[in-house]
Amino acid sequence: MAKKFMYVNRKPPYGTIYALESLEVVLIGAAFDQDVSLAFIGDGVYQLTKGQDTKAIGQKNFSPVYSALGDYEVTKIYIEKESLEERGLTLDDLQHLVWEDEDEDYAEKDSIRLVSRAELADVLDDQDVLLSF
Amino acid sequence: MHQPTFVSKGGIVKIALQINEGPYQHQAADSAIQFTKAALAKGHEIFRVFFYHDGVNNATRLAIPPQDDRNITAEWVALQKEHNLDLVVCIAAAQRRGLIDEDEMKRQGKDANNISEGFRISGLGQLIEAGIEADRLVVFGA
Amino acid sequence: MAMLHTVNESPFETKTLESCIGLAKSGSTVLLIEDGVYAATANNSVADMIKNASGINFCVLGPDAQARGIEGKLADGIKVVDYAGFVDLVTEHDSVQAWL
Repeated sequence: MAKKFMYVNRKPPYGTIYALESLEVVLIGAAFDQDVSLAFIGDGVYQLTKGQDTKAIGQKNFSPVYSALGDYEVTKIYIEKESLEERGLTLDDLQHLVWEDEDEDYAEKDSIRLVSRAELADVLDDQDVLLSF
Repeated sequence: MHQPTFVSKGGIVKIALQINEGPYQHQAADSAIQFTKAALAKGHEIFRVFFYHDGVNNATRLAIPPQDDRNITAEWVALQKEHNLDLVVCIAAAQRRGLIDEDEMKRQGKDANNISEGFRISGLGQLIEAGIEADRLVVFGA
Repeated sequence: MAMLHTVNESPFETKTLESCIGLAKSGSTVLLIEDGVYAATANNSVADMIKNASGINFCVLGPDAQARGIEGKLADGIKVVDYAGFVDLVTEHDSVQAWL
């Protein structure tokens, strides 16, 4: 029986390696057919901002990888609403992440689920394995 | 409807650890070692210890810490030998940070290798597998 | 399910404890370890936040408090556990989330 795997992201990109290396786990983990969710909480929401341009800091811009998550069957990406609000952000500031539902003629669906803190608490409580970075 | 608690037979719990930080810089490795000893003393099984991010540096063969303080790598090796633990270093994180074994040295044309005995280098799949096979995953980091 | 949350950062420097409490459900347990044990001292600025976290059980890792010389300064109502107790908390809860 597939376990519910939750990848918890609370750190912003580029300042530390956690965002990049946690994404690498998600991609590898996709091959294991578990019930995968990602949560972006606190500064973790910054990982998904649009318009990241890393040329001048000499790091690789890995933000395009998030848009491939749908192809890796990651369809549940939880963003905590309060975290966005605290940072003066809205969903429009974030990448629009989608997945294609092969059961519905490959219809494109939103992967991002904007949830309140209380809703996210329920989601986390429901997980079997939580990976933090 | 949530999943039932995962517990192995006889009250023995299979616990997997993920270590995200290197030795000494953060307390993560120390906490993990103390936790591991306590879990084993209680008769539980440590399914795997997976070293990720800077955690791979726990596996260096070349550390010379001061004699009057703990030798973290040596503690891991001692635990590994006594309890046949599976200490796994993530290959991607290790390559990034220059921690390699003899095979990698030859494969990549490097002039040295630096991984300690007792650890094996493997892929991220080992972490996922640990999450699947163990009853609990405990992460130590910063 | 009942989750165990571990918090290893001082609450005076980071918002980690606050984030954890915000997302911990009633019936869960928060274990303060490493630098997180400072949150368990009596009469500090997060004492109210901890007290008002209704339904959440707080524990503190004794060895980490001892190491930091604060074992005699802990608030009432926070249970002190050792590493064996840490292990028990892990096995007695359904899952563990590390707040890093």
